[in-house]
Amino acid sequence: MLLQGYLPSILEGAVLTLKVAGASLMVSVVLGLVGAAFKMAPSKPLVLLAELYSTVVRGVPDLVWMLLLFFGVQMLINEACASLGWPAPEIDSFFAGVMTIGFIFGAYMTETFRGAIMAIPKGQMEAGRAYGMGPLRVFFRITAPQMVRFALPSFSNNWLVLVKSTALVSVIGLNDVMYRADTAKSITQEPFTVYAVVGAIFLAITTVSDLLLKWLEKRYSLGVRESEL
Amino acid sequence: MIDVQFMLDKLPAFLGGGDGQPVFSVTDGLVLTLELLGISLFFGLCLAVPLGLMRVSRNRFVSGAVWLYTYVFRGTPLLVQLFIIYYGLSQFEAVRESWAWAYLREAYVCAIIAFTLNTAAYTTEIIAGQIRNTHWGEIEAAKAMGMSKGLMMRRIVVPSALRRALPAYSNEVVMMMQSTSVAGLVTLADLTGVARRVFSDSYLPFEPFLTAAAFYLALTFLFVWLFKLAERRWLAYLAPRKH
Repeated sequence: MLLQGYLPSILEGAVLTLKVAGASLMVSVVLGLVGAAFKMAPSKPLVLLAELYSTVVRGVPDLVWMLLLFFGVQMLINEACASLGWPAPEIDSFFAGVMTIGFIFGAYMTETFRGAIMAIPKGQMEAGRAYGMGPLRVFFRITAPQMVRFALPSFSNNWLVLVKSTALVSVIGLNDVMYRADTAKSITQEPFTVYAVVGAIFLAITTVSDLLLKWLEKRYSLGVRESEL
Repeated sequence: MIDVQFMLDKLPAFLGGGDGQPVFSVTDGLVLTLELLGISLFFGLCLAVPLGLMRVSRNRFVSGAVWLYTYVFRGTPLLVQLFIIYYGLSQFEAVRESWAWAYLREAYVCAIIAFTLNTAAYTTEIIAGQIRNTHWGEIEAAKAMGMSKGLMMRRIVVPSALRRALPAYSNEVVMMMQSTSVAGLVTLADLTGVARRVFSDSYLPFEPFLTAAAFYLALTFLFVWLFKLAERRWLAYLAPRKH
């Protein structure tokens, strides 16, 4: 029996890892869009704020961010509750992990989306405005559909890095694939097999995502000629 | 809120000094982070240049083997690779009984092996990509001058590919510098490891982790700046015209 019956437990952990990754991706996309909008806003403080966010977050390792935010925010909440005389709430580690990873990758997404929006000729957005569309309608009808094509290569890269980063969430107590592997490792005494299986799971996730994203890139580049030498 | 005095008191620990000892007296903290980074980047680059050449080889088996290596190492988290080497190798009795076991049980050696193999995989793909991007005219000219394949690689293809690889490589170096933080998860006291120790002693989260974050941020800026200088020096011919 492979891994003395621990395979199902590891696979369950892998499902949780995927859920964390997927949910963090959504958070990061929202933050990335907001960040990109701020970066291109006509107001100086907003630009600076977005600049600060994307620079500082990308300059510090994800592991340090996770430790800082998880333990730091928890302490802040505990202190705030203590001063109000409330019982301290237990922070859900799934929620904490998703928020932390989303926050980190939102900074990378900010750069991705900003680059993609800048790649669209400005005249198109101006034309939309000239037709009387509101800014939101211009975004959803003109900017967003074309942005996808320019954003996809860098978005794919971010997603692959994000998936690999989720391997770190067990340090904040999440019952993910690495956490399960740790338990299985101690009991089965087969650490190599356990981590090889975990590695294979990650490889499968990155391979499938890579294929899907390549296919999407092709779809969104229909009608665009590739330059050939 | 944040105890600045506590941060200052603990600063020597991040610079590799113990209690009552002068800073930099132990290779912990910043020194260990830079040491792990420097050694693994050096060996990684030494591996990546020949592997990059093999990756563009016309021989399917040679380029396929290198592809498999970069595919596996780029498709899995560094933490898993580190754990496979650090925890995993002990599963095999042959490893435990060999002379190498004295080294392979050290977290330090395992971290360097894992980091080296990881950065070598990414760097191989960067270099291979730039070799493929070599302008056909340069290769044609080298052939017309009667250069042998080896001489052409050594004098024309590799030097120009390495130069053009600089911008992508600078990203890889910064990424790798940040990735060394996982060393703190296998008992090593690098910047992150020291921060975790200070945290578990004091239960103050902000002070140690913010200090570590500041160090990493400063290192990131330093490397970005150094690579800008390097690009100005070696990629001047690709810079946009100034007039």
